[in-house]
Amino acid sequence: MSRPTLLTGWGRTAPTAARVVRPRTLEQAAQALTRAGPRGALARGLGRSYGDAAQAAGGLVLDCTGLAGPPRLDTGRAEVTAPAGTSLERIIAHLLPRGYFVPVTPGTRHVTLGGAIAADVHGKNHHADSSIGAHVRSLTLLTPVGEVHRLGPDHGDTELFWATVGGMGLTGVITEATLGVHPVETAHVRVDTDRTGDLDSTLDLMARTDHAYRYTVCWVDLLARGAATGRGVLTRAHHARPADLPAPQRREPLRYRTGTPLPAPPWAPPRLLNRWTVSAFNTAYYNAAPQRRRGQAQPVGGFFHPLDSVRGWNRMYGPRGFVQYQFVVPFGEEDTLRAVVAGLSGVGAPSFLAVLKRMGEPTPGPLSFPRPGWALALDLPADLPGLARLLRGFDERVLAAGGRLYLAKDSRADAETVHAMYPEIPSWQATRARADPGGVLVSDLARRLRLV
Amino acid sequence: MRDSLGSVRTVLLLGGRSEIGLAVAERLVREGAREVVLAARGGAGEAPGVFGALGATTHSLEFDAEDADTHAAVVAAAVELVGDLDVVVDAFGVLGEQAEYEADPLAAARAATVNYTGHVSVGLAVAARLREQGHGVLVVLSSVAGVRVRRANFVYGSAKAGLDGFAQGLADSLHGTGARVLVVRPGYVATRMSRHVDPAPFPATPGQVADSVSRGLRGGATTVWAPRVLQPVFAGMRMMPRALWRRLGR
Repeated sequence: MSRPTLLTGWGRTAPTAARVVRPRTLEQAAQALTRAGPRGALARGLGRSYGDAAQAAGGLVLDCTGLAGPPRLDTGRAEVTAPAGTSLERIIAHLLPRGYFVPVTPGTRHVTLGGAIAADVHGKNHHADSSIGAHVRSLTLLTPVGEVHRLGPDHGDTELFWATVGGMGLTGVITEATLGVHPVETAHVRVDTDRTGDLDSTLDLMARTDHAYRYTVCWVDLLARGAATGRGVLTRAHHARPADLPAPQRREPLRYRTGTPLPAPPWAPPRLLNRWTVSAFNTAYYNAAPQRRRGQAQPVGGFFHPLDSVRGWNRMYGPRGFVQYQFVVPFGEEDTLRAVVAGLSGVGAPSFLAVLKRMGEPTPGPLSFPRPGWALALDLPADLPGLARLLRGFDERVLAAGGRLYLAKDSRADAETVHAMYPEIPSWQATRARADPGGVLVSDLARRLRLV
Repeated sequence: MRDSLGSVRTVLLLGGRSEIGLAVAERLVREGAREVVLAARGGAGEAPGVFGALGATTHSLEFDAEDADTHAAVVAAAVELVGDLDVVVDAFGVLGEQAEYEADPLAAARAATVNYTGHVSVGLAVAARLREQGHGVLVVLSSVAGVRVRRANFVYGSAKAGLDGFAQGLADSLHGTGARVLVVRPGYVATRMSRHVDPAPFPATPGQVADSVSRGLRGGATTVWAPRVLQPVFAGMRMMPRALWRRLGR
């Protein structure tokens, strides 16, 4: 058997060792699961969850990127089917030239289809289209007892289907999935950009105009202080029509270009991203954004996945890594949002990727993160002094406001808090116990948060 | 499991009455640990109230450093109580009186058993468990006394020298397994154990040693000195000519 390999999430914190195998077929995956030892087994995709969701200390990790293959587009039914280890990048590259786009994409296209479903990822269109689980027509789930389930929202074991959507890989290994797809006329979006002066005007503008756009998101400058606290750059977009494009691009409107990603330096000094460098970046970014611009055509890659243009950007946080903190609070709990933004701004927390989003209808997944309300995501260097205490304080406020944390991002919350945020955990556990009666599937996240 | 910000859930303290060990455990509890296992001969006695007050559960285990046969079972019992061992603090030891050891070779050998071979058997048992679980840190309380052994306490110092070497070798053997070893080299620490010894230069309190350990755990260090200045001090000490070193009064 293979030697232990150290695994971390995208935040590069808290490595643990596991044996890693790379099945290429459902049969090989089933075989591998039968060889799981007392420390259990877990599926892993491209390792883009930030915390400890895709690692299983001492256990067996199935690197599912081998379960990949060409996507199959069915234009009659407007759906695409692919092996679960296929990346969204590959699926998008297959769909766009044929006039379709994925129903939901997170901020990176370097995630696997299976991982996206297991985290029930959302994108800039959550307020309009919900999360990816809402677009899964069917999926194939391999359980540790060797059963192969064909599940969907309207067929098969629907309870197990929803336990799997957002289920963080703890109900089985997803080996294939079919998604509904969205027809598009170009590989561009038509973007409206507005700069806002403070948090209240950001919230107000988003609340008033979100419904008129398919995609909206606001970057927030968490280092701006005083009257400018919470200032941001709001971008809202639709898929562009050919007529929206500049003439040269109108000839091949569906041509999908991503460019070659720049590599991040292989090593960055500790604290390269600190209050001063990030503040300078944020100010420059804010000032570079137009006060108000309408109808700018932008390639989908640059709009949806700006960070994918720097390969390995997570290394910029240095050897100690970083944490991502994402929560949602219901509409009407804007005070919690204000408190968190003021708290971060007050301590000068160097976050250059703070993103505010209005969330819409959730899926029925008991562990699925999105709920209607305001979601704020931000990343912070793990060695920021006092960070544990600061985030624990935010946890309490978020919980009191009826909000919750995103499991695919979390790397440090405590079990009691998360159980209080996800009251359906007991019923999810009952469903999981049917699929995995031996309790084989486990992750560091699941152990830390006592999900299993 | 250590989380991204360095908090752990479980702590096993070998030497459950060690003042330095308890200070380290208390620090880990303040940083989020919820389960503490105190292992000592005759059990840990009255568990320090501070753990409960900080919201942690305390367990007590019988642990005899001289009874190597039982060491694997002690580690297994700790796992039975709290699950994965996130941090194991190896803090047991006896200091004793050099003059008495020189007069009583049997007592000296027993002290060496506690201060060295006891750590070998329990350390290997802990390492096996950490390797199996794929994560965890063994914190080994070494001492500057073992960096260069002095005439004035060579029974204790030689055992610490052996322990320090053992811990470094164990650390290398665990490389890549997800488990690691942190070697801690305090100087003079004012505790019950050192009451009969005059303070040496650069003394530390148990709390200061705990600070150093906490820093080392977070930063991924392999060795910490408490206080830090002892590292350059002992780099110099090692260069001292033998004839001079022999004459050191303490």
